[in-house]
Amino acid sequence: MIRSPLLLDIGYIVASILFIAGIKMLSRPESARRGNMVSALGMLIAIIITLLSGGMSFEWILTGLVLGSLIGLIAAKIVKMTAMPEMVALFNGFGGIASLLVGWSEFHARPDLPVFTAVAVFFAVLIGGVAFSGSMIAWAKLSETMPGKPFLFRGQRVVNSLLLVTILAAGVMFIMEPAGAYSLPVFLSVVILSLILGIMGVIPIGGGDMPVVISLLNSYSGLAACAAGFIILNNVLIVSGALVGASGIILTNIMCKAMNRSLANVLFSGFGAATEAAAGSAAQGEANPVSVEDAYYILEAAGSVAVVPGYGMAVAQAQHAVRELGDILEKNGAEVKYVVHPVAGRMPGHMNVLLAEANVPYDQLAEMDDVNPVINTIDVCLVIGANDVVNPDARENENSPIYGMPIINVDYAKTVIVMKRSLNVGFAGIENPLFFKENTRMLFGDAKKSLQGLISEFKE
Amino acid sequence: MSIGLLIFVFVLSVFLGFELISKVPSQLHTPLMSGSNAISGITIVGALIAAGRSSDPLGIVLGILAVTFATINVVGGYLVTNRMLAMFRKKKGDKA
Repeated sequence: MIRSPLLLDIGYIVASILFIAGIKMLSRPESARRGNMVSALGMLIAIIITLLSGGMSFEWILTGLVLGSLIGLIAAKIVKMTAMPEMVALFNGFGGIASLLVGWSEFHARPDLPVFTAVAVFFAVLIGGVAFSGSMIAWAKLSETMPGKPFLFRGQRVVNSLLLVTILAAGVMFIMEPAGAYSLPVFLSVVILSLILGIMGVIPIGGGDMPVVISLLNSYSGLAACAAGFIILNNVLIVSGALVGASGIILTNIMCKAMNRSLANVLFSGFGAATEAAAGSAAQGEANPVSVEDAYYILEAAGSVAVVPGYGMAVAQAQHAVRELGDILEKNGAEVKYVVHPVAGRMPGHMNVLLAEANVPYDQLAEMDDVNPVINTIDVCLVIGANDVVNPDARENENSPIYGMPIINVDYAKTVIVMKRSLNVGFAGIENPLFFKENTRMLFGDAKKSLQGLISEFKE
Repeated sequence: MSIGLLIFVFVLSVFLGFELISKVPSQLHTPLMSGSNAISGITIVGALIAAGRSSDPLGIVLGILAVTFATINVVGGYLVTNRMLAMFRKKKGDKA
């Protein structure tokens, strides 16, 4: 047992320093893995210090620790890289509900909550609850347990605003009289309404906007941990919760900028709901379909190739075939780059993780802003399962819903090969004139099969 | 510790977070998110205290659930981040 409060504080300070150093190291590829371990060490120290602080009975603690470790271990081992967005959503939700439960436990254990603690309990429950149920909906949408399309109804915003006002009113009642006669029903209604708010907040958001939503929910779970820190008056929770809150907000902002949309537009507009309606509009000319063999001749002659992957690559599980083709092209003398749009996929950096899984070295991964200025020197752009992020309408058509969104200008390359199942619209539900350009060749079919076809052409 | 001081620490930490994270290359966004998500499992400290002091049935249930969920967040979050980062390689063949 550590009886000295100073020693405990020093332990928590060490843990905080390790979290800060760890996050700093996470921002460079060379040190990122060590950074994660440094931050894990900080967590271990924080846990041990807490267990040594004394006055605790360990039987229930051990039950939770063993159970949680087993579940976490197994989930982390078996998850597929393509399923990473839903896994992160799930873990994030669990962090949120844990903060909610910490708040509830404090309310339950202390009938005489001081006002400040009552405020902290309210925020831990509200933010933790929203992070939990919101993450569960995000998980369901990402894993396609429920449809990814926005769920909209008339008066949605009014209902959600009323919900928020009710929660705040209940919160004020709770904080004024945390030990009053009605405090239990008031508290429970804050719990339930917060959970409903998280659900209502995420259902109107479409699958392609998930990178923004996951970033935001990530930030919420950090802030919920912060609120829990104000409940137990512990600095390490406040420091690390605030770091996570800030990182989530920065990522949210980056994602919004990459789509040229405001956060409010992402959260409330139900973007992508119009898919069915817009799909029928007229195509602007003839697409040029090519066979695998023709595509092979184009690639065989290319001196530089830029691969542009999108969510379709993840769906087709085609990342290994992409890398294999990339290697063959390099052996064939071409310079190969992988260009990833910041919002490609279902979470920030999703494509990079999949390509890393397939052993693509990270110095071959290029960012959009570095490639766009020189894209006209590239012989072939190979677009695999990407759509809206290469739509020239974002640059040229002022009436397009995605006008102004930064895109990878693949149409400026000498030749574009687009691998796609059909001419169907992408997430935004709009036509893509790229498919009908003179220098574009459409290679229809499952991306993985097309890639394997190309690979065997090269091997012959 | 005084409440004012805690709020002071909070505000400084938010600024520190913005400074630390604003320059992360996009290829690391997923590991950053999943790694910072694991850090938000720090709420486990509150959960341990909650589970350690409980003696009545509801308190025990709340405590165990809080510890379990927070532990899943911590253990799963760090392991999955490590698994992802282990795949990032600079040149073909060598380890990061």
